[in-house]
Amino acid sequence: MSEALQHYGGEHEEEDEHYVLRLFITGASMNSIRAVINLKEICEKYIKDRYTLEIVDVHQEKWRAEKEQLIALPLLIKISPVPERRLIGDMSDTEKVLRGLGIPQN
Amino acid sequence: MKVLQKTPTGIRGLDEITAGGLPMGRPTLICGAAGSGKTLFSMEFLVHGAKKYNEPGVFVAFEEKSEELAINVASLGYDLNQLQEDKLIKLDHVHIVRSEIEETGEYNLDGLFIRLGYAIDSLGAKRVVLDTIESLFSGLTNQAILRAELRRLFEWLKEKKVTAIITGERGAETLTRQGLEEYVSDCVILLDHRVENKISTRILRIVKYRGSVHGTNEYPFLIDEEGISVLPVTSLRLDHQVSSLRVSSGIPALDKMLGGEGFFKGGSILVSGTAGTGKTSIAGSFINEACKNGKRCIYFAFEESPQQIVRNMHSINVNLQEHLDTGLLQFSASRPTLNGLEMHLLSITKMVDKFKPDIIVLDPITNLITVGTASEVKSLLTRLIDYLQAAQITVMFTALAYNDNKTEQTDEGISSLVDAWLLVRDIELNGERNRGLYVMKSRGMKHSNQVREFVISDEGLKLVEVFLGPEGVLTGSARETQLLLEKTSVALRDHAVTRKDREIERKRLVLESKISSLKEEFESLQDELNKSYIEDDLKKNIMEDNRRQMTQKRDE
Repeated sequence: MSEALQHYGGEHEEEDEHYVLRLFITGASMNSIRAVINLKEICEKYIKDRYTLEIVDVHQEKWRAEKEQLIALPLLIKISPVPERRLIGDMSDTEKVLRGLGIPQN
Repeated sequence: MKVLQKTPTGIRGLDEITAGGLPMGRPTLICGAAGSGKTLFSMEFLVHGAKKYNEPGVFVAFEEKSEELAINVASLGYDLNQLQEDKLIKLDHVHIVRSEIEETGEYNLDGLFIRLGYAIDSLGAKRVVLDTIESLFSGLTNQAILRAELRRLFEWLKEKKVTAIITGERGAETLTRQGLEEYVSDCVILLDHRVENKISTRILRIVKYRGSVHGTNEYPFLIDEEGISVLPVTSLRLDHQVSSLRVSSGIPALDKMLGGEGFFKGGSILVSGTAGTGKTSIAGSFINEACKNGKRCIYFAFEESPQQIVRNMHSINVNLQEHLDTGLLQFSASRPTLNGLEMHLLSITKMVDKFKPDIIVLDPITNLITVGTASEVKSLLTRLIDYLQAAQITVMFTALAYNDNKTEQTDEGISSLVDAWLLVRDIELNGERNRGLYVMKSRGMKHSNQVREFVISDEGLKLVEVFLGPEGVLTGSARETQLLLEKTSVALRDHAVTRKDREIERKRLVLESKISSLKEEFESLQDELNKSYIEDDLKKNIMEDNRRQMTQKRDE
């Protein structure tokens, strides 16, 4: 699997780069659950072992909403590699998620 | 019965129009074009809430950054940073840029809800402003989600029991670009900024206010260093208090013409006349007299600068400077073209509210016509008079009559509105002009129907009785000449009388001397006669004696 990934990222310099992702969700809402499932699936498929995913339940840490400029949720922030990117929604549009994260597709 | 409760905005005048303020615990939509004052309006709502009504508030800015906002309102004297430190106001800048965001499926605005909810709860906020929430539409693309979420947001705000202001940019055909009025249906206020004849006027209108009475007119409002003030200057009613107190005109003879005491307090006086007839001088001495009696006055000058007026009044022995020094008199000089008419009315009423004068003078109202039509000026003056009457402030207008026509109607057509109307007119006779003053009308008091000659001298203003001669009314030097003529004839007559008296005296003396000489003549005649009598007696006695002796001798 890791070979396959290397193959995919072969022509890119960041092939070995580590993805730091932060997903803001709101408790157990439908969108949140779907977002978590969809994102994990994508990560496992495309950047397995090369990512750190922090999942934040905003309901538990309300003060972060202002600090992180949260409006639409669920929100996924790609902290690294730079540039920082923001993706909103339930991550059901895999193509857009990959594009947003800068992960080349097959 | 439960009545709609209201939250006072603290914005001058608005709470009167809305009969108490915005609907409590409900969202209100403020819409208007860019630069119409929406942000300032909502910021004042929060600041007044925090300062006056002890209601903390949250300001969510979608367009301006918190620091920028703080700087912008600092010019109005609001220290937002301090208010934030005191936990009375919370500023939150929502930053949203479409290019930075990828939409990957279903989402909602829970982030905003949580953020806002957290801010409201941490302050115990009662007031919320969302300025301008429509920015979300440019940041997020899914319209269906946004609309559903906005609807949910407004419902949620109601559940939170906060009084909210949502601002929206004016759209081409709708009140707001995104049709926010569909969601916020309790109260909609429209702000407008109009430019007519290159003069701008800000207008506020309450489009809708569910469950409440409200004024439906367009109300002009001002934004100045004290923020927003809306002044509902209307003339709906005619039930003002009236006073029977009098105010002296400062010219004793004029007071005499006005039933002996002057104008009514709280009345309106129009002084009209052609150029150079002394309208400003009348106004000046009116003010002077009032200030001498400790009354407060404002002089609104639309033609001359205060210094000019003070100097000119000095030449007729009216010292306005001392009243300026004591603070009883205030000048407000501006060209009429500085503002639109409504703005003039606003600034007048604002100054009046602040200074609380007993008397104001507007000199001259004629110039206002340059910024409005005659009917607009009339409407302005009607409302001004109503407003002043309600406040029991006496007002004197001066108006320039352009032509010396016989109708004597002022161009503003306001002579029917005022309580007293003085007309100063040129009387041209024998190659000189003199001023004649008439009291055209004076409601509710006996007033003279006589024309008086109005003399402006170094000592001040005087009214002189005109001379009514066989040739009619005489004024000026003609009057003087006539007076001289009369004086001469009196002297001549006096002279003639004394001459006759002397002649009689002389005649009497002559006669008396004649009488005394006749008397003497008579006495001497009498003496003469008496003398012969005695001689005769003597002769007779002697002859008797002689005869007796003779007889005796013969007998012997």
